[in-house]
Amino acid sequence: MAVSLKELSKKEEVFCSGHRLCAGCGAGTALRQIMLATEDPVVIVNATGCVSVSTACYPYSSWNTPWMHSAFENAAATMSGIEAAYKALRRQGKIKKKIKFIALGGDGGTFDIGLQALSGALERGHSFLYICYNNEAYMNTGIQRSGATPLGASTTTSPAGSVSYGKNVFRKDLTAIVAAHNIPYVGQTTPAHWRDMITKVKKALSYEGPTFLNVLASCHRGWRSEMSISIKLMKAAADTCYWPLYEVEKGEWRLTYNPRKKLPVTDWLKPQGRFKHLFSKPENKEVLGRLQASVDKEWARLQKRCGVGENKEKVAV
Amino acid sequence: MPRVAAMTGNNAVAESMRQINPDVVAAYPITPQTELSEEFAEFVANGKVDTEYVTVESEHSAMSACIGASAAGSRVLTATSSAGFALMWEMLPIASGTRTPVIMTVVNRAFSAPINIHCSHDDTMGGRDAGWIQLYSENSQEAYDNMIQAVRIGEDMSVRLPVMVAMDGFIISHAVERLELLDDESVKKFIGPYQSVNPLLDTKKPVTYGALALQDYYMESKWQQSAALLNSKAKILEVAAEYKKLTGRSYGLFENYKLDDAEVAIVIINSAAGVAKMVVDELREKGIKAGVLQPRVYRPFPHEEIREALKNIKAIAIMDRTDAFGAGGTPTFTEVTSALYGLTNPPKVINYVYGLGGRDIRVEDIHGVYQRLTEIAKTGKTGKMFEYLGVRK
Repeated sequence: MAVSLKELSKKEEVFCSGHRLCAGCGAGTALRQIMLATEDPVVIVNATGCVSVSTACYPYSSWNTPWMHSAFENAAATMSGIEAAYKALRRQGKIKKKIKFIALGGDGGTFDIGLQALSGALERGHSFLYICYNNEAYMNTGIQRSGATPLGASTTTSPAGSVSYGKNVFRKDLTAIVAAHNIPYVGQTTPAHWRDMITKVKKALSYEGPTFLNVLASCHRGWRSEMSISIKLMKAAADTCYWPLYEVEKGEWRLTYNPRKKLPVTDWLKPQGRFKHLFSKPENKEVLGRLQASVDKEWARLQKRCGVGENKEKVAV
Repeated sequence: MPRVAAMTGNNAVAESMRQINPDVVAAYPITPQTELSEEFAEFVANGKVDTEYVTVESEHSAMSACIGASAAGSRVLTATSSAGFALMWEMLPIASGTRTPVIMTVVNRAFSAPINIHCSHDDTMGGRDAGWIQLYSENSQEAYDNMIQAVRIGEDMSVRLPVMVAMDGFIISHAVERLELLDDESVKKFIGPYQSVNPLLDTKKPVTYGALALQDYYMESKWQQSAALLNSKAKILEVAAEYKKLTGRSYGLFENYKLDDAEVAIVIINSAAGVAKMVVDELREKGIKAGVLQPRVYRPFPHEEIREALKNIKAIAIMDRTDAFGAGGTPTFTEVTSALYGLTNPPKVINYVYGLGGRDIRVEDIHGVYQRLTEIAKTGKTGKMFEYLGVRK
């Protein structure tokens, strides 16, 4: 599945300009890459979130493909119905062409309120790709903490204060939770690694049955970072192994990016205002230690799952 | 040729679902609807339908999947009760707001707490303003007939709204009754093939469903929806007339049972109306001019027609199998009294909550209500307006 920029540049954009996402929004960049990765006609279902409200403001739409939003927690369930209708109508000979289905949700709609609907749809085996654009909090409603928010991040519902260092529990590992559904393809990526991202979308769409991508997508409003460093930040997330790029294909775990030098997690944390109290207050230093320890432990476990030793260069792609 | 059968309400509705043969059913089992989900699964398992059956993990997902499937361009059915109805609540106005004509049977069951699996109308009465057409059914026959008519009504190009068909949990859903069924071909012909409007699966003509509409457009969208629901009354009657030609069975906005010369009347919905009509027959033999008004179409509510039917009655008891807590009057009481508003000499009205959680409504209970109405008609004194019937205080 070779991906070339030259070829991509010739493709007609399905996700069109004119949307109202912020400049420097990781989700917008991710969407463009996702849609460039598609070949067949695609039907999109979008959970309520930044993307839904910024890309389809009546009477405008940035989607040059069928698109539906119905609620916050039900993108996977809505897609189940659409895919079931497709199967029924295809069986009856009323639809001949191949259509692909992509559900989009933020971390709120996926990690938290929509997890049940997602799990049900994965278990039932509907043919669709679910993509979580994960900006690590409820950004659309003003930066409230989610199940994807990392330890120590200050959000509007887990603010750092005189007796609080921000969110006091670790994020959940949704990619592993989804992988436990034993679906054909699960991956984790970021739009900063466009080739990785596009390859994964293409791979996911090549399978029958449910597939899933967890995409770290920057949000400078919520991360309290410069909008010009979005891509650099997402790169730092991968280079510090805070956000490893990997895939689980038919149960086989594989790293798709192994940083030459694993950078300290502070390289990822420091440029972000949501972590600044961890650096400015001496009593919060220990949180940085816990964050590093957790990244190290998770990374070691992932390497083991992927059959990669600390210093071995046995990495696919 | 029509068939005569002995069936429970659930069997009858399941049979209608088989005959409608929808493209998609997404449903989650809940007592007392469970048999419906099971029976339909049997049809799927034995190749009796062409349906894609989505065995969702919750009712919220059931309604979400139905809305998606309908927007995709397919004919969709589902069924639920009580807590399941409550769980899909968020999605009910989304179904009507996206104008997806999903057809849903609601087997009426009480809300918790305390938990109770038997009949109250808490579910459908609670959801009466969700923008759906509501049809109520006295028995299995009416539930079956309403289902088939619902498809035609909801999918009509002038309507395009979801329809719920209500029948009483256990009292009807689990009781075997005699009914007449249409043959498969007649049902197929009556409902016709599904006509989709702007389907998502037409990828050559991409459409956007569920866009953000703020201060500038939201109200227009709601006004269109409101007008479609109010205007559906004519279509409901048109479909009923056509159905009568096919079956001989007559349906209107409500049943007018001996109201024309009545002095006292009860307004009551679903199975208990059967008891009331029986009592009316007994009273008529004694020369008491009693009648029953049994609403069938609750949304759109036929205010004018009900005013016309009730305007000359002296005393009316409006009875609901639910309470509108704190309103001091049940949903149907509010609707009917609002219909009577403006009459120069309006009937006296009283309001009863009866039969909650499946509490039996006995012939003597209804006799008692008519006795009180006769007294009110004579004296002109209403007394206490709002009462729980037969409750231990």
